[in-house]
Amino acid sequence: MTGPLYVRRKLVNRIVTACSIGAAGLGLLFLFLVLWTLVTHGFAGLSFGVFTHNTPPPGSAGGLLNAIVGSLIMTIIGTLIGTPLGLFAGTYMAEYGKYARITSVIRFINDVLLSAPSIVVGLFVYEIMVVPMGHFSAWAGIAALSIIVIPVVLRTTEDMLSLVPGGLREAAIALGAPRWVVIAKVSYRAALSGLVTGVLLAVARISGETAPLLFTALNNQFWSTDLNAPMGSLPAIIYQFALSPYEEWQRLAWTGALLITFAVLGLNAFARLLAARQRSK
Amino acid sequence: MMLDAMDNPVTTPQPTTVSAQPDPAAPVEKISVRNLRFFYGTSEALHGVTLPFYNRHVTALIGPSGCGKSTLLRVLNRMYDLYPDQRAEGEVMLDGLNILDPSLDLNVLRSKVGMVFQKPTPFPMSIYDNIAFGIRLYGRPARSELDDRVEDVLQRAALWDEVKDKLADSGLGLSGGQQQRLCIARTIAVNPEVILLDEPCSALDPISTSKIEELIDELKASYTIAIVTHNMQQAARVSDYTAFMYLGELVEFGDTERIFTSPEHDRTQGYITGRYG
Repeated sequence: MTGPLYVRRKLVNRIVTACSIGAAGLGLLFLFLVLWTLVTHGFAGLSFGVFTHNTPPPGSAGGLLNAIVGSLIMTIIGTLIGTPLGLFAGTYMAEYGKYARITSVIRFINDVLLSAPSIVVGLFVYEIMVVPMGHFSAWAGIAALSIIVIPVVLRTTEDMLSLVPGGLREAAIALGAPRWVVIAKVSYRAALSGLVTGVLLAVARISGETAPLLFTALNNQFWSTDLNAPMGSLPAIIYQFALSPYEEWQRLAWTGALLITFAVLGLNAFARLLAARQRSK
Repeated sequence: MMLDAMDNPVTTPQPTTVSAQPDPAAPVEKISVRNLRFFYGTSEALHGVTLPFYNRHVTALIGPSGCGKSTLLRVLNRMYDLYPDQRAEGEVMLDGLNILDPSLDLNVLRSKVGMVFQKPTPFPMSIYDNIAFGIRLYGRPARSELDDRVEDVLQRAALWDEVKDKLADSGLGLSGGQQQRLCIARTIAVNPEVILLDEPCSALDPISTSKIEELIDELKASYTIAIVTHNMQQAARVSDYTAFMYLGELVEFGDTERIFTSPEHDRTQGYITGRYG
């Protein structure tokens, strides 16, 4: 095998391999640069005070407590509202309505929703909640986040339940188990880590969302747990502080960005770990 | 086994009622399939099949792939009902009740007609819970009673000695043969009257296969058993009656011994001697 054709193939192979490695390396390089910038800028401002003090007025020291708590509140409640909706809809599609025409309609609309810019979701909630209520509120922010959660959870739920072998369902049905028992005790159990992965990915997605919050929960520089009032969040505070001329605020914005990034990174890593466990089963 | 079959009067397919057989020792017709036609969408997979399944006897369904054996089996517990394009016509009587009746409570039917599949299908839960799953569907026995019943069915499925020290372990960790016996145990835990076995040994090694065959032999004292198999020796070993099917039709039904020694049809002869299939 030393003909000219073979030499040519070998050459092409090398070129393509080099291009692939180069492209992968470039992507990783930028990712690394982003992380490096975050760490160098954000780590300096990281202190215990960040978690114990509220956002400061310009020119004085403070922390991110109200933003962290706001993000936690809205992310958690948004997840709690969006998850059951996505879970039940995905369950319908994979279990009850597998052959129904509406299932493919839902799947299409869901895919659109999944890739819709989140600012559109923010505007939508602005129109249906903020305008009628007359003011921004944490509830509106929660509504926007849960709308983003639904398609993520729905998609993973349908995918994960579809991966459960049909034979397992048939075996449970052959014992005379009603459909809901088959789903709750066999399908869900077989797909459990996949379902959890979907929820974790949704949490990771909404915890970094800024656009849908700007029109809904707005922002709040003060401590507030009132869901009927505007509420601060890490992304919104980062947006506000990063654009400000004040050095303390800018430093806090870097720190906030670092916190979100590592929280999301951690959630994603955990979700990957769970998914890998599911596959190896 | 075949010896038992010889004790019984020779039975030809008698699609009529039980009273047509005056001999009190004659086996009771548990399931009567009459003129059953089955459709996958528009393609017809069974063209009017008529045959009996006798109480406390094993009936083997044999025939080349695609002949409709498994399809017939899946009609007996209405498993096909899960899929929108599949439908059956004709009559399948179980103790005088038409299984094909659309208003039939399928969960009740399936509690009477259990099924074991080709591929072992343990649920992703502990060995104990795999058995308890079925029991709990039909009642909430106290823990001690549940323990007893789980042990009892595992004993009957000849699996107890192998798993008694690891009941809390996942059923997925068992070997293929053990998993299949677990599935059989799970099926009998529900106290069915009929057990359908769809090529239960085709994924198993010879030792596991012989264990399952012994088990079938013991179970037929209490149940009506229908087994689909591609293994001619297995059909001859475990069944009392054999039905040979070809291209969606029942070619021949009768005593296993007779089918294997003096089949009436050339097709049957050809299949059991391995000339085609």
